[in-house]
Amino acid sequence: MHRRDAIRNVAILLGTAISASTLSALESCTSAPKNYELQKPETKALLAEIAETIIPKTKTPGAKEANVQDFIIVMMNDCYKKEDQQVFLDGLKKIDAASEKQFKKGFMDITPDQRTQLLTQIEQERVDYNKRKDKKEGDPTHYFQYLKELTLLGYFTSKPGATEALRYVAVPGKFEGCIPYTKGEKAWAM
Amino acid sequence: MNLNIKAQEQNTYDAIVIGSGVSGGWAAKELTEKGLKVLMLDRGKPLEHVKDYDTATKDPWEFKHRGRITVDQRETHPKLSRDYPYSEHNEKFWINDAESPYNEVKRFDWYRPDIVGGKSIMWGRQSYRLSDIDFEANLKDGIAVDWPIRYKDIAPWYDYVEKFAGISGTKEGLPQLPDGQFMPAMEMNCVEKDVKKNVEAKYKGRIITMGRVANITQPLPGRGSCQYRNLCSRGCPFGAYFSTQSSTLPAARATGNLTLRPDSIVNSVIYDEKLGKATGVKVIDKHTREMVEYYAKIIFINGSTLGSTFVMMNSVSTRFPNGLGNDSGVLGKYLMDHHFRTGASGVAEGYDDKYFFGRRANSIYVPRYRNIGNDKRDYIRGFGYQGGASRSGWSRGIAEMGVGKDFKEMLTEPGHWSMGLGGFGECLPYEDNRVTLDTSVKDAWGQPVLKFDAEFKENEKKMRVDMMNDAAEMLEAAGIKNVKTYDNGSYPGMAIHEMGTARMGRDPKTSVLNGFNQMHAVKNVFVTDGAAMTSAACVNPSLTYMALTARAVDYAVKELKKGNI
Repeated sequence: MHRRDAIRNVAILLGTAISASTLSALESCTSAPKNYELQKPETKALLAEIAETIIPKTKTPGAKEANVQDFIIVMMNDCYKKEDQQVFLDGLKKIDAASEKQFKKGFMDITPDQRTQLLTQIEQERVDYNKRKDKKEGDPTHYFQYLKELTLLGYFTSKPGATEALRYVAVPGKFEGCIPYTKGEKAWAM
Repeated sequence: MNLNIKAQEQNTYDAIVIGSGVSGGWAAKELTEKGLKVLMLDRGKPLEHVKDYDTATKDPWEFKHRGRITVDQRETHPKLSRDYPYSEHNEKFWINDAESPYNEVKRFDWYRPDIVGGKSIMWGRQSYRLSDIDFEANLKDGIAVDWPIRYKDIAPWYDYVEKFAGISGTKEGLPQLPDGQFMPAMEMNCVEKDVKKNVEAKYKGRIITMGRVANITQPLPGRGSCQYRNLCSRGCPFGAYFSTQSSTLPAARATGNLTLRPDSIVNSVIYDEKLGKATGVKVIDKHTREMVEYYAKIIFINGSTLGSTFVMMNSVSTRFPNGLGNDSGVLGKYLMDHHFRTGASGVAEGYDDKYFFGRRANSIYVPRYRNIGNDKRDYIRGFGYQGGASRSGWSRGIAEMGVGKDFKEMLTEPGHWSMGLGGFGECLPYEDNRVTLDTSVKDAWGQPVLKFDAEFKENEKKMRVDMMNDAAEMLEAAGIKNVKTYDNGSYPGMAIHEMGTARMGRDPKTSVLNGFNQMHAVKNVFVTDGAAMTSAACVNPSLTYMALTARAVDYAVKELKKGNI
C-alpha cells in the first residue's frame, strides 16, 4: 500500500502518466498484504524466510536447509484447529504489513538484516504478550508463538539440526552422570 | 451333540488368564511353569517383541509431527489426548476412546492400551515395595478395612519377582521402603549428588536415592542391559526393561503350555449355579464380533484395575445379581489413584563445566518421611518424590526472547542446570469414589460402559500443600536458586496408578477377595491386579501386583491339587 502510494506520488510529482497496466502490476506484486493460505506456494516461500531469519545458516545449516517451512505447513494442517490456523495466517499478513510500514516493502523484499530487525521487534511483542497480566483462559495464542515454536522444534529435531547444530547419539549405550564440559561444545540433541 | 462336546473340549484349558499386562503375564508364566495348560486372553492387538516395535529405533526426524498428535487423533481419542502419554511415538499402542467410551460424573483420565502386553509396554517402571507401615495403615487409622496380609507374607514374593524382572536400585535400610533384590543402581548426575548430600545433611529422616526401576543394568537371559536411549514407551528392542513381551511371555511360551488369544474382549465370567464355581469366560472376537466361550478350572482376572472390575460387574447371574463375587456390595467402590503434579524446581548454579552422557530412563527418589516415627501432620499417610537434575536444551529458546545468529549459536550449547522434585501422594480409600456400570451407553461391541465418580478429597488436598512446600524447602536448603513451586492439579486416573474397586480383606461381608486374592464367594476366581488393593500406599504399585500374582498362583495351584477348587 505504502510503496504503491509512494510510486504514485512520485509519478504525480514527475508529472508522468502511469498506465492502468502499470498500476495493476504494482497492485499485484506489492499491494496490500497477501491472503496467505497453507496450500499456496508463496506461503511456503515466506515461511522459509521467516524460519531462516529465526535460525539462520551459520557454520551449520539454517532452517531453510532443514526444510522447516514444509514442517510448519504439515504441523499447521494436521495439528492445529481452524481457529488456530487463522490466527497463524493472519499473523503472516501482519508480518508483511509491519514490513511495509517500516521498510515500504513486503517481508520477501527486505534484506536479511531488516528481517532480523523486524522479527526481533515482533519477538519482543510476543514475549510481552505472553507475560501480560490480564491473561484469561481462551485468549488466542500470539501468532509468532507458532512460528517460533515450530521453527525451533522443526529445526532442532531435523536431521541437519540434530546431527550438525547439536550432537545426536542414537544409542548412548551407557550413562555417565558427571563429565567435564567445555564452553563451545554442542548440546545433546535429546 | 458330539460336535458340541468336541468344540467344548477344544475350548477347555486348565486355567484362563484375562489380560496380558504386568500381572496377567506373571499369572501366565507362573501357571504354565507349574504345568497348567493356560489360555491368556487380551482385548489388544498382537504385538510381537522387537519385530512390532516399529517406532523404537526411529530418529526424531522420522516422525512426521515430531511426536505430537493431530486434530483427527484428538477426535478419536478425546480423553486419552488430555495428557502426554498418548503421543505419535506410540499412538498405535493405545485404545480408541471413540469405540470404547466411558462416562464421567467427575473427570477421570483412563489410560487404556490396545495391545498384547497391555501397559507393561508403556509403564513408568518405577518399582517399590510396600511396607508394614502401608499394610497396617487402614487398621491403625480405622478407615476402610484392614489388609488381610502383612509385609512378611509378601516379602519372599517381592524377592522372587524382583530377581526375575530385574530391578536396579540401591539398598537404603528404610523401614518404610524395604530393600529388595537389586541390580546395580543407575548413576546420579553432579547436581543430584550434591543435592542428595545437602538434603541428607540438613534433614534427619529424609534421603535421596536412585529410582528403583525395572530397567536392567546387567544382562539377563535373552535380555540386554539398558542402552540409555530413554525411549522405553515405544517398546525396547534390547528387552532392557520388564514387560510381558521381554520377560514373562517368553517364559510362559517356553513351557509349551500357553495359548495366547489377542483381539479377545472378555464380556463376562460364566458362573455355574449348581457347581458354585466359575466354569469359563465369554469372549467377543474383536473383528468377527462372534461370542465364543472358553472353559477352565481356574480363572485369573488381570484385565487392569477397571477392566477387571468391568468384567466382574458385567458377570451377572441369579447367585450374583450385582456382579461376580459381589456379596459385599463393595465391587466398584474405594477407587484410588495417586495424586501428583505438584512440587518445585529451581536453578543449580556453579555447574556450567559439568555435563552428562546418555539419557537415563530413570529419576531420583525421595522416600516417604511424613507421618513416620514422631512426625505428625494435619493429614494422614504420606508421599514420595520423583525428580532429577538436567541441563536445559534448545527448547528453552521457545520461551526466551531471541531470533538470529547469536540466538541460534546459544541454543546449540547446553543451558543452565535445573533440579526439580514432584510429589506422588497416597489417596485414601473412599467408599463414594466409585465406578458403576452404565447401560445407557454401549461400546462398539454392544457392551455397557463404566461410569466414573471419584475425586481427591480433604486429606489429599492438605497433603498437597506439604508436597509443594517441602519440595521448595529442600531444594532451597540444598542451595538451588530461584526455586518456584507449582500445583498443576491432579485428576484421578492421571497417575495411571488406578487401584481398588475389588479389594482384598479379611471379611467376605466387606471385601471381594481374601488374603490370597481369591474371591471369597467363588473359590476358583482370582483377581491379582490393582483392583485388589486395599489401600494405595504412596509408591508406584506394579511391583506389588507382580508379587501378589506369583503368590496367588502358588496358592491356587496348591488348592487345585488338594481338590479344594
